[in-house]
Amino acid sequence: MAQIMYWEAIRRAHDEEMANDPLVIAMGEDIGVAGGTYKATQGLYDKYGPERVIDTPISENGYTGVGIGASFLGVRPIIEIMSVNFAWLALDQIVNSAAKVRYMSGGQLISPVVIRSPGGTAHQLGAQHSARMEKVFMGVAGLRVVTPSSPRQAYGLLKSAVRCNDPVFINEHELMYNMRGEVPDEEFFHPLEGSEVARAGRDVTLFGYNISVHWCLQAAEILAKEHGIEAEVVDLYALNPLDREGIVRSVSKTHRAVIVEEAEAPVGVGSEVMAIINEACFFELDAPPLRVSALNVPIPYSRPLEKVVIPDVKTVVERTLTLFRSGKH
Amino acid sequence: MNVRPGHLPRNEQRSDYRPLSIADKKRLLHEMLFARRFEERCYEAYVERKIGGFLHLYSGQEACAYGVLEAARPGHDYVITGYRDHIHAIKCGSDPKAVMAELYGKESGVSRGRGGSMHIFDVPVRFMGGYALVGGPFPLAAGIAKGIKMKGGDEISICFLGDAANNQGTFHEALNIAKVWELPVLFVCENNLYGIGTRINRSTAVMEQYKRAAAYDIPAAQADGQDIEAVHKAASVAVDRVRSGKGPYFLELKTYRYRGHSMSDSNAYRSKDEEKQWLKRDPINILRNRLVDDKALSLDDFKAMDREIIDQIENEIIKFAEDSPLPVASDVEKYVLADGDPWVFPGRKG
Repeated sequence: MAQIMYWEAIRRAHDEEMANDPLVIAMGEDIGVAGGTYKATQGLYDKYGPERVIDTPISENGYTGVGIGASFLGVRPIIEIMSVNFAWLALDQIVNSAAKVRYMSGGQLISPVVIRSPGGTAHQLGAQHSARMEKVFMGVAGLRVVTPSSPRQAYGLLKSAVRCNDPVFINEHELMYNMRGEVPDEEFFHPLEGSEVARAGRDVTLFGYNISVHWCLQAAEILAKEHGIEAEVVDLYALNPLDREGIVRSVSKTHRAVIVEEAEAPVGVGSEVMAIINEACFFELDAPPLRVSALNVPIPYSRPLEKVVIPDVKTVVERTLTLFRSGKH
Repeated sequence: MNVRPGHLPRNEQRSDYRPLSIADKKRLLHEMLFARRFEERCYEAYVERKIGGFLHLYSGQEACAYGVLEAARPGHDYVITGYRDHIHAIKCGSDPKAVMAELYGKESGVSRGRGGSMHIFDVPVRFMGGYALVGGPFPLAAGIAKGIKMKGGDEISICFLGDAANNQGTFHEALNIAKVWELPVLFVCENNLYGIGTRINRSTAVMEQYKRAAAYDIPAAQADGQDIEAVHKAASVAVDRVRSGKGPYFLELKTYRYRGHSMSDSNAYRSKDEEKQWLKRDPINILRNRLVDDKALSLDDFKAMDREIIDQIENEIIKFAEDSPLPVASDVEKYVLADGDPWVFPGRKG
């Protein structure tokens, strides 16, 4: 099993799927000749040519709609939207066309399109380049949303997304493309639904997705070493549909829940997971569930301001400890 | 604004153009009259509250859909449009009974009652749908053309939209992409002079819509959308050019809708005089009068045709829609996502 980077995993999935099916294409801004802002399509232009690895104009709604239209004929486009902030411009085609066409055609027409895009706050990119849009997409019926936390998931989720007949939005992260991790050498397809226990524990469940899984894992180490608390970390790699059973299973075991998200709290992953917990396993709880979320402000440019808006490992630890102060520990 | 239907600024001619025969014209007269009666019957059903939601009727614009698609290969070429979509689907080959049943929200509807008037879909006849966001189909049409190109077929993609859609960003984005990638797509602009209730001269900088394609170096023409022979002739050039691999084409048809934008429209923004002027150029009357002048049809023949159509709509189409079962509530979550797609849980496969 090789240790490769997140971007290499995505590139490998592109390459294998394009080799497997001549109707798989890649499209997006600077993905062809330039090889992609995050190198996710590096070398593929030379290998598959300009008809299949397509540099688009800077017209997000336009080229996303073109990809969706092509998917109606059985083409399987992997569309890269360079930054999730630009996906706001493509919402009309993603939501009104891709996500609804199966339903409003009574099941006749499908849109097997994959839209990949990095979200998240990186380093001082300011308010218009730091969006976290998973909360927007996960509320859209007819659109699958997955978000890889590791190179293994980035590879396997893209592979399955290309083959699945539903439109899939893959929420990547600006800061994760150079993260290293193990990816099996043999071909592998990751489930598009479910969740994964990234660390088993008994005292509290820390729910994370994408980058916040890593904050949760680090926080769990600290909680174990310094506080004797064994936290379970659940990786919610699928945001739509959410893994209701997996959430309930873990909370029923640990009886405490913390949801850690890089996005602002209102109307997000945290509120949704909390709703599931309240609906499905309220009486399993030993303490009220809590969210660790970003502050609800446009992301500021200045470093200390940016830092205070986004949660970190320290905050996860501190907030988690509040669940235990009045309790059994 | 001085509207000059029939003004043809730069139309090319096809040397091998085969004009419509008398038999073609008689059939098309029947088809257009059917479309008119179908739409007017929808109006009644809407007033009776048999049809819900929004309803956008095509009356007055018939020569556009019939003229263009007569020059293309309905059922073979891919067609996509906006929400004024019943008649385009029917010309592609949809069963009018299933279209009416859709408007009635029935399971036997062409989109199983999930779409409604604005979302007629009939994939077997390559009618790729009616979409309700103005301008939404432009990129989809270009994408369908990209799909055709990749699969190597001889189909073309035809996108019918109104003049007001040209003020959306999707118009510019899709025309630009269609030209850069040389896609086999024909954009048909049915210029009926109104974007909902705002007249074109109050919303749009350029009155002649065909001129706007020049911004993307796409060849364009304009034709009288009330004269099916003029539409057919212009569309033959357009279709032939697109099918021969020369890239996209833009065809503007000058037309007029008799009903409001939708049924919720007071129609108060138009003068009676303007409506009267356009009624004089009714596409059905123009074709009928020509056939009568050519002694190919009598007015009695026409009246008999009309009666037969009205009877057919009442006795077959409305009856089918009325008698069809409604969808069952327990099926409401069907068609959201692929049912049992093996790639959702690949490990559990097979």
